[in-house]
Amino acid sequence: MSVDLSPTAVQAREAGLLLQVADAEPAAPGIRTLRLRSPDGAPLPSFPPGSHIVVDCGTRRNAYSLTGPGREPEFYSVSVLLRPDGDGGSDFLHRVRVGDLLGVSRPRSAFVPVATARRHLYVAGGIGITPLLSHVRAATEWGRPFELLYAHRPGAGAHTAELRELCGERLREFPGRAEFQRALEDAVRSQPLGTHLYVCGPAGLLDFVHAAAGRAGWPQERVHAERFSAALDPGEPFTASLAGTGARIPVPAGVSLLEALERAGTAVPHMCRQGVCGECRLRVVRGRPLHRDLYLSPEERAAGDAVMACVSRSHDEELELDL
Amino acid sequence: MTTTVLDPRIARFPFPFRDDSYRYSTNVEPARRFTPTEAGGWGDRVLDIDDEYRDELAQRAAILRRDPSRCTVLPHMRAAAWDTLLTLLRELAATHPQQMTLERDGARYRWRNQLLGTDQEFTYGGDASLPGGPLGFAGQQVQEDIVLLDQREGSLWADAGLVTFAADWSLGFDVGMRFLEVHGPVPRIHEERVITRAEQFLMRLQPGEEFRRTNWTMTVDRRLDASTETYPEWGRDRRLVVDDDRLPDRLHLRVEVQHLIRLAESGAVLFLIRTYLASLTELARIPGWRRRLGSVLAELPQDMTDYKGLTRYRDAAAHWLTEGWRYAP
Repeated sequence: MSVDLSPTAVQAREAGLLLQVADAEPAAPGIRTLRLRSPDGAPLPSFPPGSHIVVDCGTRRNAYSLTGPGREPEFYSVSVLLRPDGDGGSDFLHRVRVGDLLGVSRPRSAFVPVATARRHLYVAGGIGITPLLSHVRAATEWGRPFELLYAHRPGAGAHTAELRELCGERLREFPGRAEFQRALEDAVRSQPLGTHLYVCGPAGLLDFVHAAAGRAGWPQERVHAERFSAALDPGEPFTASLAGTGARIPVPAGVSLLEALERAGTAVPHMCRQGVCGECRLRVVRGRPLHRDLYLSPEERAAGDAVMACVSRSHDEELELDL
Repeated sequence: MTTTVLDPRIARFPFPFRDDSYRYSTNVEPARRFTPTEAGGWGDRVLDIDDEYRDELAQRAAILRRDPSRCTVLPHMRAAAWDTLLTLLRELAATHPQQMTLERDGARYRWRNQLLGTDQEFTYGGDASLPGGPLGFAGQQVQEDIVLLDQREGSLWADAGLVTFAADWSLGFDVGMRFLEVHGPVPRIHEERVITRAEQFLMRLQPGEEFRRTNWTMTVDRRLDASTETYPEWGRDRRLVVDDDRLPDRLHLRVEVQHLIRLAESGAVLFLIRTYLASLTELARIPGWRRRLGSVLAELPQDMTDYKGLTRYRDAAAHWLTEGWRYAP
């Protein structure tokens, strides 16, 4: 295996995938399921239950849960609900055609099952079923006890046929809010100790589930709600000025201070490029650093005279460094 | 002028010191980066197979026969153990495509490793379909020790592993403990937040992300199994070696290359530990290494020296590296 060692190659590998739309089918009214595959047919990176990918949708980047199997999959499947009043991302994905190429992030995980759970109680509302589909699939494969409560408008549920086949009796569907709420109140009161609850759906449903679990005495650590955790955001552009040479180096959004300095020919010692090892610490002469690292202590942050070049940025338009 | 051909073990030895003194740090860096050294270099791959492959695997098998607790998988770690097996076999096949292949047909897999003469079929998730189960079988194919960390309740837990080459610790003792507890006895790291930072970093790893770090200590003789369980066999050598004329041949720098990988399917953190040993005599053939290790040992603070178990022989080793080597026969 040949290994390209340049920083650009490392970043390219950590960056995304370019996938082809293999097929596109309506899954329910307003919901389109896309299957994406590698143009060369190679298996895609595996992912844990509850993972999502971030898809380039024209000018937007949207996160979608992966609904298919997670082990060396041939396809990534996502189900996209059209949001006519949204920012255009879902509209874009409702228009892509078979054969089109899409830029896609590697799978990101933020909603995994708890391995030590004695039992799993899954609760979904509407399109919120998508991250739970991969949970249910894994629970079935590994023989984990679970049940799934799924609230959706009659005829508007996505993946219902697949779920019924996977879950059998363990799936209960609710077309109306009242029955769903009653069933949920019962469910949170009848689970054995050591059950974990996972919920995904509209904000109102999340609030109701949290409140019901709280009334039934569930500790918060056993209630998990899906929320997309974005990668470190690209940040605002700023200028790094070097006290020693007077050079002024622009740091665009999406480019780290460390990368900008390297491109300008100023080598900075570094190791992790993740804000953890402390190697790329630079002394700040002027300007307020925007700290995003795990290395500096609260006192060092408050002092404001040091910045970790690999992840941190600047509050001010210009940050003067002792270089 | 004579040309000395370097032993490949020394040419690829991961000499760990970046400076003339050593302190604990969260010294993680991306995996797969070739790191040049004065003798050659190391680190272009995650799994390293070398000339000692068969010998070390035979040692591991013998240790496991004597003490099966060296391979422990808590029940909730089954999926992670299978994920580990698949990840390691895929990695081996990618690194050695001429000698190793992994074929898939649905849940059925076939693994062939010509270096060992292995041809094994198994069913993913079927523990009985593989000798030793998934983790035990993985340990029959790689030289690395394996620890699996589960992430829950805002912490990492060492809940499974196959560790036969531990340096003064015990998987049987540590299994089921929090990552922070496992590192409880290490001096200085708490004040310096080294482990807290490492844990936060590990908990943020995304599926498939791979990092590595090195760690080091010293061992008398080429003894890979320096675990707490076998202390009666090796503990007294640390005292006896001081007065042994063969100290430079017997005393080894022990370097661990540790890989930290977020397993893609199960979400567990895979912690691989590959142990390399080089004697003072071997190291002294590389002038920069001899000088640097001599400085590191001479300067190492007492609490770190004690924790690493170097107290008895540290001065003797540092002296030989700085002065004594000149008079060696």
